[in-house]
This record gives sequence, structure tokens and C-alpha cells, in this order.
Amino acid sequence: MAEAESARAVRAREARNDALTEPRLVRLGIIALAVAFLTVFIVLPLVLVFAQAFGEGVAAYIAALADPEAQSAVVLTLTVAAISVGLNLVFGLVMAWAIAKFEFAGRTLLISLIDLPFSVSPVIAGLVFVLLFGAQSALGAWLIARDIPILFALPGIVLATTFVTFSFVARELIPLMLQQGTQEEEAAISLGASGWRAFVRVTLPNIKWGLIYGILLCNARAMGEFGAVSVVSGHIRGETNTMPLLVEILYNEYQIMAAFAVASLLALLAVVTLVVKAVLERRLAEGRRQRDH
Amino acid sequence: MTIEVRNIVKRFGAFAALDHVDLKVETGELVALLGPSGSGKTTLLRIIAGLEWPDEGDIRFDGEDALKQGAGERHVGFVFQHYALFRHMTVFENVAFGLRVQPRAVRKSEAAIRARVHDLLDLVQLRWLAERYPSQLSGGQRQRIALARALAIEPRILLLDEPFGALDAKVRKELRQWLRTLHDEIHVTSLFVTHDQEEALEVANRVVVMDKGRIEQIGTPAEVYDNPRTAFVHAFIGESIVLPVEVRDGRVRLGASDLDLAADGAVSGPSQLFVRRHDMDVGPVGSGALEGAVRRVRTFGPVQRADVALTSAGGETLIEIDTPRDRRLAPGDIVGLHPRRYRIFAAEA
Repeated sequence: MAEAESARAVRAREARNDALTEPRLVRLGIIALAVAFLTVFIVLPLVLVFAQAFGEGVAAYIAALADPEAQSAVVLTLTVAAISVGLNLVFGLVMAWAIAKFEFAGRTLLISLIDLPFSVSPVIAGLVFVLLFGAQSALGAWLIARDIPILFALPGIVLATTFVTFSFVARELIPLMLQQGTQEEEAAISLGASGWRAFVRVTLPNIKWGLIYGILLCNARAMGEFGAVSVVSGHIRGETNTMPLLVEILYNEYQIMAAFAVASLLALLAVVTLVVKAVLERRLAEGRRQRDH
Repeated sequence: MTIEVRNIVKRFGAFAALDHVDLKVETGELVALLGPSGSGKTTLLRIIAGLEWPDEGDIRFDGEDALKQGAGERHVGFVFQHYALFRHMTVFENVAFGLRVQPRAVRKSEAAIRARVHDLLDLVQLRWLAERYPSQLSGGQRQRIALARALAIEPRILLLDEPFGALDAKVRKELRQWLRTLHDEIHVTSLFVTHDQEEALEVANRVVVMDKGRIEQIGTPAEVYDNPRTAFVHAFIGESIVLPVEVRDGRVRLGASDLDLAADGAVSGPSQLFVRRHDMDVGPVGSGALEGAVRRVRTFGPVQRADVALTSAGGETLIEIDTPRDRRLAPGDIVGLHPRRYRIFAAEA
């Protein structure tokens, strides 16, 4: 009697669980689909990149990366990334500061403009700079006359990359700074701190993790940018080819192994970014929990 | 340090947050700015602190023009409504902040800073929390740390924005008492904002009642409670019974009936009769100016509270009165009511 009752209770509980979750078969099916999708679209390509890169042995891989063209591409990519991330760090901070801490006319417009580089195709971003600095424009002609190269040189590549990666830092900081408000800064000021000290001692530590997160995303995109850079670079071998551009050139020249060797560096960067991002997200979530206390 | 506020005007767009405000606070006073939200009390506090700038008017500390100085130069301790503790710093570093950011020339040595911070933490009785972070503190503890941080710079004036607003009732009562004692100890000129009349009446030496950007009345707690100067003050402070009356030729009329009350020099016209709940005497029918039927009675503590439907008001006006428990009332009783003390104010147009 008691057993029968408990059996009924178990059934009832199962029925309740069934009401909340899908049948087992559907559940397994959905999980399998997700895993299969991830495998085919993400894990497999990543494995393939490394398999191809090392297809002719470690020695060939090292030789491919030691090639002067490859070296120059790595140096150029790192240089461009360093400059654009630096610029966007400053722009992003200033933008976020202005939007989060002040009320002014055109604030909403500014917020929507920040997203423009995200919504515009990178190719168009590149073309804009060609139009602006090309020989046919007044500004371009003036610069060329004074021997200041913009297009087909480092400045052009930096400009295009900076444009494309403009939003990352600001987008990360604005919601964070809006949520934090201005009271801590006011407290610092009323305690006698200068504006700069309040920024360094109070604002910066509060937005630290968000800032690092934004820089990371910005950097990943800056190193991987292809479209905009392709338009302005001019593809001068050993001079204006970044890593993504070099991968394409090598691939088109049927140097498959070398192409994948360079690509593997970019892939490695992506993996590192992913790991650091996961760690940062945990720190950010902790920070948020602490604030909610 | 005296604070003088002269003719301050502050507008946010078309809205006048402060409309020609004058106020003088004497050295060592503890003054409450009391008013409903939107009355401009916090804006006034922020202007005195230098966190906001007035459109017109003058602020003087001991006769000196304070508007020439930035917030950091005024030596004003400000305690924010939500404390605004630096979340990434320990309690110790929070309190030390004001000492550490001083110009090198006047900055104390590290040892002196440590000693001062420990003194302040002792003052607020929270030395044992020195190494904790703000997120690990309770609301009442945060409040006291915020106060210690504000006191660290040896402020000439202490300003507190809704100091107890975010705390639960019990902690609030304790802290109130504690702030009162602390003020008696350190005696710094203090100004605090509150929307809670009980808080203002209990803690402050003087109360400034504000509404819609204007000061309605300034006085001791007893003055604003016993002699409210305007209808707003009467309604805002303490519980009041308000009856719409008509003053004509020195007579007070409610509906069709003459209340047989002295008009106290009130101007003729539509007016409001204000009576404190406990100032309404209950007697047999015909004994007072008013008459009503008891609807509901409840007792707690020394007080018996009754809902009475006034029959003399023409319609059905329900009022709440407080009487001592020995005057037994029961639902259905018809009683006479007489306002022992009352005030008449012209009705607002």
C-alpha cells in the first residue's frame, strides 16, 4: 500500500518534471545538434588550420614563418594593432566619459554614431579613406605634394583599422559607467581630489575589467581585420601586407602550407583571446555581484 | 562656521528647483532640511557643497564668498544618500582618501594618516572593519564609514543627504540617536536633508520646511509643530484633520452650519480648518462645534483611534481622531467633537 503510494508520488514528480522539460529524446537531439554544429563550424576548421600548417613538418612550418614577407606581415600587424588599440583606448574612454557623466545636446546622436563602424561594411570603411586621401581628392593631393603618405602605407592601414575597431572600448564602458553613476567621483572631488586624481584613483579602478575586456576585443578585431585594410593597403609585398592579407596572397599563389602557417598564428591569437575573455568575464560578473550587495 | 544662503535660484530648464531661497545656519547648529521629494532640499545641499552651481544668489561661509571656491576647496564633508563609498577600496582606504589626496605641502605623514583614520574608525565604532570592502558591510555600517570619510578632512561644515533614507526602521532609529550624540561631541555645523518629519523633529535643533523650491517655515521642532505658519507645513508635519470651511464676517462655517469657532483673524473666503488628531475633544452630543457618528474604533498603546463620520458637514466626511483610552467609544455612538486647538488657512486657489 505504502509502496504503491510512493510509486504514484514518483510518477507524479516525473510528470511534473516532464511539464517543465522536453522529452529525453528531444533533449538529446537538441544537444547533439548543437555539438555537431560547433564541431563542423568551429572545432573542425581550427583543427584543419593547424593540421595544414604542420602538414609538411615542423621544420617547414618554422621556415614558412621565418620568411621575410611573413616576418614583415607579423611586425606590421602588431604595429597597426598597437597603434589603433591605443587610439581607441583614448577615444573610447573620452566618449564613454562624456556620455556617461555629462548631459548635453546631441548625446543620443553620439550614442548611435558609436555603432556606425559596426554596421558599416569594412570595405566601405576602406573606400571612404581612399576617397578622402586618394590623389583625386584635394586633401590627398596636398598630402602627396608634401610627401606625406597615407594610402598604401602604415597611416592608411592604421586609420582603416582604427575606424573599424572604434566601437569596442566605448561600447563596453558606456553601460558600465552609466550604471556606476557619478557619485563616487563627486565624493572624491568633495574630499579635495583634483579631477585627474578622481579619474585615476576612483573611475579607472571601477571600470578596469570592462576596459581590459574592451581592449581585448578591440585588439582581436584589429589584428584580424581584412576588408578595410585590403582596400587601403595597396598589397605591397614585404611592406603593406598585414597577416590576413598575406594569408590571402599566399593562398592565391597555391602556397597552401605557408598560408596556413600564417593563419595558424591568427588562429592562436583567437584562442588566447577566448581564454582571456572567459577569465575576464568571470571577473566582471564578480564585480557586478559585489556591487549588487 | 556660519552658512549664509542668500536669494539662491536654481533652474533645471523651465523648472525652478530653488526659487529665491534665504537661510542662515549658525555655528554648531544641526539643521534639518525637510520637505517632500522635488522640494529642492537636495539641490540646496548640493549647491552649498559646490557639487551644483546656482543661477542666482550668494553662498557665504563665515561671510566669505563660497561660490569662488570649487567643491574641493570648501572643506565641506558630504555624506551621500547611497554613501558613494569607493567600492574598490577597503574601509581604511576609503576613510584615508581625503587625507591622501591633499597637496604634498600639507599632506600628513603615513603614520599620522594611519593614526587619524584609526581615530575616526574608533569614533564611528567600526575599527574592526578596517580591512573590509564596502560590499561586505551592512547599510548602517556603510553609513557610518561614509560619515567617518567625510569627517577625515576636518570639514568646516557637514552636509548629509537623506542620511538614514536607505536603512530599515530599527537601524534608522539607532543611527539617529547616534548622530545626535556625535554632533554634541564634535559640534561641527551640520545640515541634513530628509523627507521624514519624525527624523527632522527628533534630531535637529532647527527645521527648515521646504516645498516647491521655497522655504515655508524655519523654526525649532516645537515651533514648526505647534505653530505651523502655512497650510503646507501643518499638513506635512504631524497628522492633521483638514476640513473645508468658509470664513465670513469672522464666523467659521462648515457646509450650512456655523461652527461657533473664533476665526482667529482669518481672512474671509474659502478656507481650510486644520486640527491635530489628538486636539479633537470628544463629548456628548451638542457639547462641541461638530457632531458625528463613530464608525470604527481601534486601540493601541495609550491611544484609542476612531473613525468618525461628521454629520454636521452636510455630506459624509470621515475623519480620524485620537482620544485617551479611558474615553470609551464604540461604533454607532453619536458624539460631539470640539477642536481644542486649531488653525485656519485660506484655501489654495
